[in-house]
Order: sequence, then structure tokens, then C-alpha cells
Amino acid sequence: MPDARVIPLDPDGHRGARVQAEVAGDTLLDFLRRRLTGDYEVDDFGFDADLTDHVLIPPLRPLFDRWFRVEVRGLDNVPSAGGALIVANHSGTIALDSLMTQVALRDHHPAHRHLRMLGADLVFRTPFLAPLARKAGHTLACMPDAERLLNRGELVGVWPEGFKGVGKPFSERYKLQRFGRGGFVSAALRAGVPIIPTAIVGAEETYPMLGNLSPLARILGLPYFPITPTFPWLGPLGMVPLPSRWIIEFGEPVHTEQVAADADDPMAVLELTDAVRERIQQSLYRLLVQRESTF
Amino acid sequence: MGRVVLVTGAARHLGGLMVRSLVRDPSIDRVVGVDVEPPRRPLLGAEFVRADIRNPVIGRVLASADVDTVVHMGVIATPRQAGGRTVMKDINVIGTMQLLAACQKSESVRHLVVKSTASVYGAGPRDPALFTEDMTPKHPPTSGWAKDSVEVEGYVRGFARRRPDVTVSTLRLANAIGPRVETAMTAYFTLPLIPTVLGFDARLQFVHEDDAIAALHRAITAAKAGVFNIAGDGILAMSQAVSRTGRASVPVPGALLGVVGRALAPAKIVDFSAEQVRFLTYGRGIDTGRARRELGFTAPRTTSAAFDEFLSGHGLRPALAETVLSGADDAWRHIAARGGVGA
Repeated sequence: MPDARVIPLDPDGHRGARVQAEVAGDTLLDFLRRRLTGDYEVDDFGFDADLTDHVLIPPLRPLFDRWFRVEVRGLDNVPSAGGALIVANHSGTIALDSLMTQVALRDHHPAHRHLRMLGADLVFRTPFLAPLARKAGHTLACMPDAERLLNRGELVGVWPEGFKGVGKPFSERYKLQRFGRGGFVSAALRAGVPIIPTAIVGAEETYPMLGNLSPLARILGLPYFPITPTFPWLGPLGMVPLPSRWIIEFGEPVHTEQVAADADDPMAVLELTDAVRERIQQSLYRLLVQRESTF
Repeated sequence: MGRVVLVTGAARHLGGLMVRSLVRDPSIDRVVGVDVEPPRRPLLGAEFVRADIRNPVIGRVLASADVDTVVHMGVIATPRQAGGRTVMKDINVIGTMQLLAACQKSESVRHLVVKSTASVYGAGPRDPALFTEDMTPKHPPTSGWAKDSVEVEGYVRGFARRRPDVTVSTLRLANAIGPRVETAMTAYFTLPLIPTVLGFDARLQFVHEDDAIAALHRAITAAKAGVFNIAGDGILAMSQAVSRTGRASVPVPGALLGVVGRALAPAKIVDFSAEQVRFLTYGRGIDTGRARRELGFTAPRTTSAAFDEFLSGHGLRPALAETVLSGADDAWRHIAARGGVGA
């Protein structure tokens, strides 16, 4: 008799929970089935959307939400469809800034866009990092790949300072380095897509680079070997980034189709490169003033 | 007067398929196959001349049959197929030189179609995602079949300069795969234990054997000069391809792949040369836009579909993973049902 009373009270609640659990179980099994039998798709660049969404982005979320408490601004400057080039400052010893930008656009943009990033050839030469980078949507920073991605209507991210930016000493924080050779501007001009100057504040303080053991870096084939307040002194613990507070601001797009510039005119390309660089530098100064605290 | 087509390398699998495909084409009158060894299967409806393209006899064959189209498929990919690397290089390079010398003297030849390979682009970390025909290799091949093919293409370009009246079409094929063709790659994926490069996941592209023949046939009838990439659409990651075979992989550092590979694959045509190890490390992709636009050719099967036909032809499938997964599925349903009863 007591059973008779219990049953009518909570079938809905139990069923709801059970359905949820079953769905969760099925998707996990489905995911495993796809992975173990090779029944998934990678695109021409080696980008694996299935793996990126299910395995690579989830561990970055707590870092984004809780650790760095990233504030995202200007998402409406990023188009919901079609090609666009996100150009941002690079900092923080290891390139966490590109990963956080990827999470910002995937999780917080209304169209949940995947960001396709352009990386240095060192990335694609390094064991374990190379396949991971490709699966996460990176490809080599070269003109053919940039143009191909933009022409396919992808959202492409580029950090033109490269290692000069990530590996600069803490004393030079938020000072933009040279912007490569402006290749990204020519690519955007050729594809006729907007350039979105993006400023990232907070990444500089994650691993303040106090020194660089360049002889060791040379031996290891790395662009630099960082000394931070915690690394290598605290060993693996020193690899935990400092919990700085971040702001990622997508600026107003530069519409290349309206700019009277020719991709084959080096003067115009260099001028536009400088203009984009200046916009990002100004945004950085403004955001730094607005930021209430570093941590 | 109809066309007379001469096919080199006709005794081997793809050459044989090419000859049979041409025999079925009513616009072609005569098909002459040439090779150093007799064909494994009779080439019905075609003539076969057992000749070594490394000596000048090939010129007499061209003249006597009044050949107007030469399809050069005589470049050998692995030393084992030729009987040693020296012989292989001889057949590939000297053979091509002799063939082109004969073509240059010939008054009847109007069209030359060369089966080349995407491996002329090399493989490495500085490669673009997809190579177009005009790109120069970032990591040019240094040995083996790929190097031979670079040299062959060089001689073919020289020939095209000296005989501008002859239409020269070069097709750079991705790795041919399918239920019947035997290549270094099919041998690799049928190994019981597949040695892979630790820390890397190559991007692979395949073209189905029948689609490769269709592409060459298209080039013969279209008579368009130029270099064309041919591959099935899409990319397979190495790890993905290995998962589909259902075989276990043994990841080893790239530097040891040759040693481990040769131990795991004795007496097989699997290739673990330095060049091939680079390919198994980085892989390669080629852009097939030009063939689509200018030849009107798109491979009917994607890379993934071609690979799956190869797998079913060899009875390969991820059986263990399927068993484990259906077991897990049953267990899950069982638990879910139990939970329902318990509530």
C-alpha cells in the first residue's frame, strides 16, 4: 500500500531524469562509436569539428568562465555568416589568447561560429601539438590557406605578431610588436572580407615572462624558454596560469571591399596593416584604463 | 581514321584497367599495350607488345602501329615490383627518356598523357593544406618513386617544349586505392599491426582505382594540355583510416618507423623509405579544381568512399570496436531498464 502512494507522486520527475540520462548515454556512446570506427569527418585542413566540440573545447570552458572570467565585447561586430578575418594582439608566453578567442566565438557568438586559426610552421613540426592544432582548426599561416579559408566563408583568426608577441618580456606588455609582412591584409583584400581588429587584455599577466634562457631554447629548438615568477621554479605547478581578468573586444570591422586598396599594391597593404595595428593598440590602452583590477 | 593509343606499363594492374577501358571506347580503333613482362590477365581486344621501353625498340612500335596517343603509365612505385631500386630507377627514368625520344621522332604522335603522382609535391610541415598545380614543393622529394616522378615530369616538360605541336597532359594522382589494386599504401593498411608515426596524424587523400582510370581516359579524350591534380574529394586522417580498418596501430617515433615497419612487414611491398615516412608523418592534400574546370572531371567517389571500398574488398572493418560498442549499448539499456524497474 505505501507503494501505491509513492508511484503517482514522482513518475514525471523520474522519467525526466531517466530520459536525460538516456540521451546523455546515447550521445556519449554515439560519440565513442564515431571515434572508434573512424566514422566522422575532417575537412581539407584537418579540422575535426566533432572532436573540437566534444573534447577540445569543454576543458577550456572553466578556464574561460571561472579562471579568467573573460568579458566578451563587440560580438555584433563579428558577422554571423561568411568570411571575416579576426586580427588580434598576441601575448602570454603560451598562446592561450587564441584558445580563449575560439571559446568566445563558439560559445558566446549568436551563430556559435568556429574560429579557424593560422599558426606558425613550428606548431606543425612539433609532435603531438601538430595533429592537435589541425584538429582544433589551426592551419599553417600561409597565403594559400588563408585565402582558401576566407573564400569558403570561414571565420579566420590571425595573431600577426607571432612569437614576437607571445614571447616578449613582461616589461613590454601591451606594446604591439611588428605585424609581420601584412600578409593577412592582402589575404583579406583578395577575398574581399572584413578585417575585425580585436584587442585582448589579460593574457599578458597569465605568465609574466621575466627572462628568457635563449641558449636552452636553441638546444630545444624553441623560439624562447620562458622564466616566469613561478616557472620553472615550481615545476609543473609553475605552468598554472595566473588568474588574471580578461577582456576580449571585437572592434568595428574594416570593410576591405570599401577600401580603395589593391592587394598587389604593397604601399596600400602596408598602410592598411598599420591602420589595423594602430586600432588594436588604441583599444588596448582604452581597455587597460577601464579594467578595474588585473586579478 | 580512328585513334590508336599506346599504353606503357600495360601488364600491371592499373595499366591493364586502362587498356580495357580504352578497348570499350568506340572512338578508339586500336589499343597497343607495352610492358617488359606479359600481362597477368589477357588484354582482350588489344594488342600486346612485350618490349622494354628502356631500349629504342619502342620507336619501331610507335611507327609501325601509327600511334597518335601515348599513355605513359610505366613508372614503377616500389623497388620490389621492379626487382630492386637500380632496376626501378632505370625503368622509370631511362624508360621515360627512351619513350619521349621515340615520341619526339614520331610523326604520328599528337597527344601524350602521363600518369604522375601527387608525391612530387613532397610532404612536410610547411605545406599548404592543399597544393594547386602551380605551387612549388616546400619539401621537394629526395628519394624513391617521388624523386623519379619529379625527374620524369622534368623530361616531359622538356619534350613539351621541343614538340609544341603535341598536346601533353600530366595527371598527378593521389594514392590509388580500391578492392583490387596493390600498392605500398594498400599493403600498409592490410598489415595486422599498422606502425604509425608517434605524435602525428597525416592527412590522406585517395582516388579509387576505377576513378583514376576514368580521369586518364577523360584526359585522353579531352586532349587538354597541362598538369592536373586528381583525387577523391575530402581528407581522411591517418588515425581515422586506421580506426576504419579495425587493425591495431603501433605508434613509433618517426625515426624508428623504417626499422619497426620492416620488422612488421617482411616480404611485403610496404614502403618505409625516408620519403614515405615523411608522407606518413605529415600527409598531403591536393586541390582538384583545375581538373574539374578544364577537364570536366570530378572523381565520382570521395576519398572516404574510395577507402571504404578498399576495406570491404579486403574484408576489413572495425569489428572489435563494433562488438565492444554494441556490448556497451546492451549494458546501458539493461541498466536503464533495471533503473526503470527499481523506480
